Amino acid sequence: MTLSNTDIAVAWRHVAVTYADAAEPVIRDVDVTIEEGELVLVCGRTGSGKSTLLGTLNGHVPHFTGGTLRGSVRVFGRDTATHRPRDLADLVGVVGQNPLAGFVTDTVEEELAYGMEQLGLPPATMRKRVEETLDILGIAELRAAPLTDLSGGQQQRVAIGSVLTTHPRLIVLDEPTSALDPTGAEEVLATITRLVHDLGVTVVIAEHRLERVLQYADRVLHVDAGRVTSGAPADVMTYAAVAPPVVELGRWAGWDPLPVSVRDARRGARGLRARLDRVVGAPGAPAGPTGSATEGGVSGGGGRIDLDGRTGREGRTERPGGRTEWPGGRTEWPGGRTDTRGGTPLGFAFRRHAAPPTAATPPTPGIRAEGVRVEHGRVLAVDGVDVGFAAGRVSALMGRNGAGKSSLLWALQGTGTRTRGAVRLADGTDPRSLSPGERRRRVGLVPQSAGDLLYLDTVGAECAQADRESGRPAGTCAAFLGRLARGIPSERHPGDLSEGGRLALVLAVQLTAGPDVVLLDEPTRGLDYPAKAALGATLRDLAAEGHTIVVSTHDVEFVAETAHDVVLMAQGEIVAAGPTGDVVAASPAFAPQVAKVFHPRPLLTLADLRAALGDPS
Amino acid sequence: MTRQLHPVAWWLWAIGLAVAAALTTNPLLLGLILIVVTFVVLARRDGSPWGRAFRLYAALGAVIVLVRMLLHIAVGLKYGTILLLPLPEADLPAWAAGIQLGGQVYLEGLLGAALEGARLGTMIVAVGAANALASPKRLLKVFPAALHEIGAALVVAVTVAPQLAASVQRVMRARQLRGDSAGGLRAVRRVAMPVLQDTLDRSLLLAAAMDGRGYGRRVEGGRHRVTSALTLLGLVGACVGSYGLLDTTSPAALGLPMLAVGVAFCVGGLVLGGRAVPRTIYRRDPWAWPEWVTLACGMVAAAAMLSMARRDPAALAMPLVPRIGIPRVPVVAVLGVLVALLPGLVTPVPPLTSARARRDREPR
Repeated sequence: MTLSNTDIAVAWRHVAVTYADAAEPVIRDVDVTIEEGELVLVCGRTGSGKSTLLGTLNGHVPHFTGGTLRGSVRVFGRDTATHRPRDLADLVGVVGQNPLAGFVTDTVEEELAYGMEQLGLPPATMRKRVEETLDILGIAELRAAPLTDLSGGQQQRVAIGSVLTTHPRLIVLDEPTSALDPTGAEEVLATITRLVHDLGVTVVIAEHRLERVLQYADRVLHVDAGRVTSGAPADVMTYAAVAPPVVELGRWAGWDPLPVSVRDARRGARGLRARLDRVVGAPGAPAGPTGSATEGGVSGGGGRIDLDGRTGREGRTERPGGRTEWPGGRTEWPGGRTDTRGGTPLGFAFRRHAAPPTAATPPTPGIRAEGVRVEHGRVLAVDGVDVGFAAGRVSALMGRNGAGKSSLLWALQGTGTRTRGAVRLADGTDPRSLSPGERRRRVGLVPQSAGDLLYLDTVGAECAQADRESGRPAGTCAAFLGRLARGIPSERHPGDLSEGGRLALVLAVQLTAGPDVVLLDEPTRGLDYPAKAALGATLRDLAAEGHTIVVSTHDVEFVAETAHDVVLMAQGEIVAAGPTGDVVAASPAFAPQVAKVFHPRPLLTLADLRAALGDPS
Repeated sequence: MTRQLHPVAWWLWAIGLAVAAALTTNPLLLGLILIVVTFVVLARRDGSPWGRAFRLYAALGAVIVLVRMLLHIAVGLKYGTILLLPLPEADLPAWAAGIQLGGQVYLEGLLGAALEGARLGTMIVAVGAANALASPKRLLKVFPAALHEIGAALVVAVTVAPQLAASVQRVMRARQLRGDSAGGLRAVRRVAMPVLQDTLDRSLLLAAAMDGRGYGRRVEGGRHRVTSALTLLGLVGACVGSYGLLDTTSPAALGLPMLAVGVAFCVGGLVLGGRAVPRTIYRRDPWAWPEWVTLACGMVAAAAMLSMARRDPAALAMPLVPRIGIPRVPVVAVLGVLVALLPGLVTPVPPLTSARARRDREPR
């Protein structure tokens, strides 16, 4: 086997990349081979060098980015040292994180043809391939649509289609689903797997949310501090720094090989499920997962989940094992309430509505919307929403791209448009009646592009400015930042921080004003598992201190780990609201992996499982 | 039959009308040109964001008129008989004789300033019409392949510039979240920093995407040296030729013939250079009779106004001194401008873009 063998898709040989002005290489000693037709998943922590590794595949690194590449990268026999990205365009197609940023033309059809035009293909061939690609991706009806008018999922499919038309042998995708809702992500991933299986295209994909891709991967490249190891998914997952919930479950349970999909885990978990039922009791005849979770009501869901008598007895009977009820992770949630976590038994919870309300009064919502309606021009973004978010709890706002989540958050904060309706804080104040300065002392919002709030040269200067503008003693913001993320040097430029670091800084800046209500718009985008876990812990701590936390997110696993309540939006309306366990587990698209493995038992996360089994650690 | 007109046809038509507008301050003619332009845009734009941006150009035109009037009040040379605003005048040193700071504002002067502003505004609206009718990106398709480096810069500029407005809006809103109400220079910096950073990032991403998709790819063994030599010689020839043409003392042979040779060399260089870039065009826009009609209509409008300007320049101006009169109606010029209305009636209608694709968008 020689290096020029063109059946080998990619061969990295002793590759090290050092950027200009950097002392250390970003990636080093990379000696990995990818064979044709494989679907390769690249995983690793943020900043580990994933993007650089992907960039070497089409010569983007170092031809475009600068820096030095030692060793050699050959793509189907072509050396990237002598071939610039444009010279590899017929072999390698690259799809980025933000499809809109890479679009060169105005409409779907032109975008699909663009790459072929540059390669100089005859017009007749182009016509044929555009039609084929429109069909493969299922976007034929959108052919003349302006690219800016498409939804996120559609845009990403067009981006994939636009590299597909040149018939590349290798497609590189850098976090293609990070901006998409679960359904949009499914669409895109289904397209990708279909390409691998039907067309034999080699695919290299980097992704933070491994639960979405791991099961489809033939090989996993793990990048850790610039070093790359390669292997079968189950093998790499034994030591990977990032792992989806099923792998965490397998690691905890000591399974060998590790499960990489819900199916694997469900098969492996037979014993665990039996043990669970012995310890806690088999779930009573469960209602279907389409129970009427809508009636939960987030504002009413301030803590008490009313179980009817029968299930209450069943669920809470003293057992020899000492477990008295399904634990909802109570110990994590200070505040002196029972069942503060939304994790009531699913099968039981669905029948709770027959019960009379208990004496316990639900806590006052920290912020509530009354008939809020938001219109952007002719577009109706939020359609008369009535919802309250309880103080002391983390509420998640979920829904498709374009469902109106951001508009609702901005309207709640008071800065965004509100066409009709009212917003009330705990004391009845409408945030819109306050000045921007006072408003942020009551309601803080971390917007989707959090970096917009930062404009100074260093982290330290931003913190000092935040203290000044909020009239707080010097060091308040820095203290918050130290609590949210350790080890961010204060002389660092905010633009050089990782996604997680920048988010922590913006959150610290907003917390400096001391708001009771904190709203976060898609904070989990671009965060890896450890960063998400840290964010989740922070939010729960803030809630425990009495803050009202509302997070809009697409990340089901994050919601399962973090949120007490979930509000599901669609087309500007609220379609479901209630405790996390009820809302999330009720839909296959939104159910977390652990819930699928143990369905119909009311477990959402590994922590729930361990608590249920009385695992002390 | 529906199809999009060749972008070059629309641009030449619009340039013709802009030339016509540049030659007159007659409010009747300017108004007529605006009506013609607006009518054609409304009749023939497609549903793309470019088409929707036409009203921005109209707003820009109005702003230009206002600014011109304000400038006249502040520093313009005042003239006329009908007093409007009795403002005090500041004494300026002799070397600033061209400027009149403050001073009494007369109707004639203000009207003259407004009409000068309207002339420029109308030209801007004409360019905006070209933008709305044929997106600049479609125009860039006919850009010579040999100049692909410049082409890349133009594509990036044309793509990123419209996003700038959205970016500014987003950052302004985010500023409120920080309770930041600083004004003046400090505010500019606070908005500019994130916006510029954002724009730079986007530009680089787009340039990288174009590179990765093969933009500016060359075939092996392109005749690089010959191309460079031809282009260089051509540029030198064109420079010498223009000098000869403008300088009346140099021999005649140095003028027009030299310029022609220079231009020919440049074209040769472009063609040869273009051959090294193996680019093809998907669905090349056809150039048929509607394109000819559109082009001709634009040219007729410009020519009518030009001939009027030669024969009777006073008819194209607003009579202001010695006293305000009623603007004349120069028949040739009016007919010329009205001819430019034709493309809105006889050219094919652009295909409708799918309205189904237009989804509710979250604010970014």
